[in-house]
Amino acid sequence: MIQFKNVTKKYGKTRALDDITVDIGKGKITGLLGPNGSGKTTMIKLVANLNKPSSGEVLIDRGPISQEVKKRIAYLPEIDHFYSWMKIKDAKNFVKTFYEDWDDNMYEELLGFLELDENMAIKKISKGQRAKSKLLLAFSRKADIILLDEPLSGIDIFTREKIIETMIKDYRKGQQSIVITTHEIKEIEHVIDDAVFLKQGKIVLQGQVERLREEKNLSLVDLMKEVYGNGKEL
Amino acid sequence: MEFDHSRPIYEQIVEEFKKKLIRKDLEPGGKIPSQRELAQEIKVNPNTVQRAYREMENEGMTQTLRGKGTFIIEDGSMIRCFKKEMAEKALSGFLQEIEALGYDKEEIPSLIQAYIRAQENREEDRGTE
Repeated sequence: MIQFKNVTKKYGKTRALDDITVDIGKGKITGLLGPNGSGKTTMIKLVANLNKPSSGEVLIDRGPISQEVKKRIAYLPEIDHFYSWMKIKDAKNFVKTFYEDWDDNMYEELLGFLELDENMAIKKISKGQRAKSKLLLAFSRKADIILLDEPLSGIDIFTREKIIETMIKDYRKGQQSIVITTHEIKEIEHVIDDAVFLKQGKIVLQGQVERLREEKNLSLVDLMKEVYGNGKEL
Repeated sequence: MEFDHSRPIYEQIVEEFKKKLIRKDLEPGGKIPSQRELAQEIKVNPNTVQRAYREMENEGMTQTLRGKGTFIIEDGSMIRCFKKEMAEKALSGFLQEIEALGYDKEEIPSLIQAYIRAQENREEDRGTE
């Protein structure tokens, strides 16, 4: 459903993405995996339409990423994108006014599940709680496409597990597509359907995770070590 | 549930249900969790759980009744087959490892017997203490 066709993205002379062609399946959880600087975030930003390819094209449902299409996307950026003076509920009201697919029931339920209080001020809460707040706002919408940019990085193990549980909890099989970038591969081994391994802006391996296991008898972590040499650069 | 990530997860979910039947943690005719419940409980992709359930249904191990849930079939005779199947899997792993140590196939039965005897002796010693 999300297609990259010969996509190159240059920043100055650096090729962040170098002739990428890939089809990200509908109804799947897809992991964009690779070390820092391999092009994961650049890919996600192109899908979120926050950036344009230097050449090639990114299509959703075979068409360009129009305003209409963008309404179906929930994007969780790596950076903290809410104003620090906001309380969680202010951020909620902010998101709610922009998106018709906002679901108050889902929000209330997730708030409890993630052990957050909507009167918490964003500048006063911990990094883990900020990560959970971002997740709360992304998953309180009935978006078909959810883009999660490094939702696990720099976060303690318990919060990471909670984040993964949230992804699985209300996942609408067949309808919802989740794209997640991470280098914490171990955490998402049993969560993703498809994996795309990136290295210096190129795709070095892609496939269905269960099939890769069957064919290679390797875990994703070990596969990653194989793909990137000894894994030292991770 | 702990997974071996070098093997397909859906297979391991099916095996876990078979083991539960063998251990009688689950009875023929018994209800198993919904796909959503299981996915959440073991923190696995719901699509993977769906595949495991499809596999069990294809093997004739479970049936899904609309609106009621998924059940293990009443016929308990399959449990013997599962037991044998799981034993064969365990043996195949064992054989691979032991052969990698340089033993011939012919030596293996006596190796096992000697080991069992040693274990029994140790237990007896413990009993007389």
